[in-house]
Amino acid sequence: MSTASPLLPPAHWRDFLALTKPRVMTLVVFTGLCGMLAAPGHINPVLGFTAILCIALGAGAAGALNQWYEADIDAVMRRTAERPLPAGRMERQAALHFGVGLAAFSVILMGLALNLAAAAILAISILFYVLVYTVWLKPRTPQNIVIGGAAGAFPPLIGWAAATGQVALLPLLLFMLVFLWTPPHFWALALFVKTDYANAGIPMLPVVAGERTTRHQIGLYTIPMAAAAVLPWPLGLTGTIYGVVSLVTTAWFALLALRVATRTSQPDDAMKPEKALFKYSILYLFVVFGALVIDRWVA
Amino acid sequence: MKRDDNKQGENLIRQRQKGRAIVMAVLLGAFVLLVFAITIVKIKAGIAAR
Repeated sequence: MSTASPLLPPAHWRDFLALTKPRVMTLVVFTGLCGMLAAPGHINPVLGFTAILCIALGAGAAGALNQWYEADIDAVMRRTAERPLPAGRMERQAALHFGVGLAAFSVILMGLALNLAAAAILAISILFYVLVYTVWLKPRTPQNIVIGGAAGAFPPLIGWAAATGQVALLPLLLFMLVFLWTPPHFWALALFVKTDYANAGIPMLPVVAGERTTRHQIGLYTIPMAAAAVLPWPLGLTGTIYGVVSLVTTAWFALLALRVATRTSQPDDAMKPEKALFKYSILYLFVVFGALVIDRWVA
Repeated sequence: MKRDDNKQGENLIRQRQKGRAIVMAVLLGAFVLLVFAITIVKIKAGIAAR
């Protein structure tokens, strides 16, 4: 099972950092921060910083445990083959210890410094990502991304709970937005790295059900995602700034998704519309959540 | 030749250990400061609530 030689020198600290998937963490931290800043009331900056630190550490722990479990799969995928474990730069056990330690530390610190509600949601999100998504769903079903997407949707809820000690309708809608955004986002990626997933034996939708179905599903999931994005405005939970920004950016998302949903790839296709949707989907989430905070602070 | 390889390997291990020790010291120092700041905030909040 082990991908590393027993004579390996101690791993470089940068490899431990790489285990935490810092690029993925950026979006998680940002949505968590926005959830916290959009919450009513005022949170002390020190406690706010601690909450964001805990969200980041929790996400990093989940990323490390994901890489520990998937080291063998990562080794056969071009996109992930250079990660510390498949590249043989780190002992597998070190990654496990690091991930478990970081997870426990982040949850305990959140519970002691902030509140139990935020700590409980953080713990659930880590367990969900590692056990439900990584271990259970990902290797078994093409719906892995759909249900597993919930793990990435927790940060706005955690941020809100850290600030208020409870959960409300707006953070639940933000949860739904990220949850429903995940399938179009990941399936757009899966369409242009389909061969990688097929080689690794991961049953991603394009591998199992084919491109046509995946494209239809991207189109279908965009509809409820758009509703979850825009709904806070007509419900009176946000102001005009959020309403206008979410309408415009979601309309553009829907156009890109429609383009992907209605086309058929050719042999040697550069998959430009799929890459464009994937890239825009990341920017989209940043802009919508940013607008939420600006809206709240201007109001 | 073999002795050179051993020396290089030992140097690499020492370098890695030193790098990790420095990072760990910085992180522990930052953690102590954070716990101190949290404690002050909690004490202030407790006094204000009285």
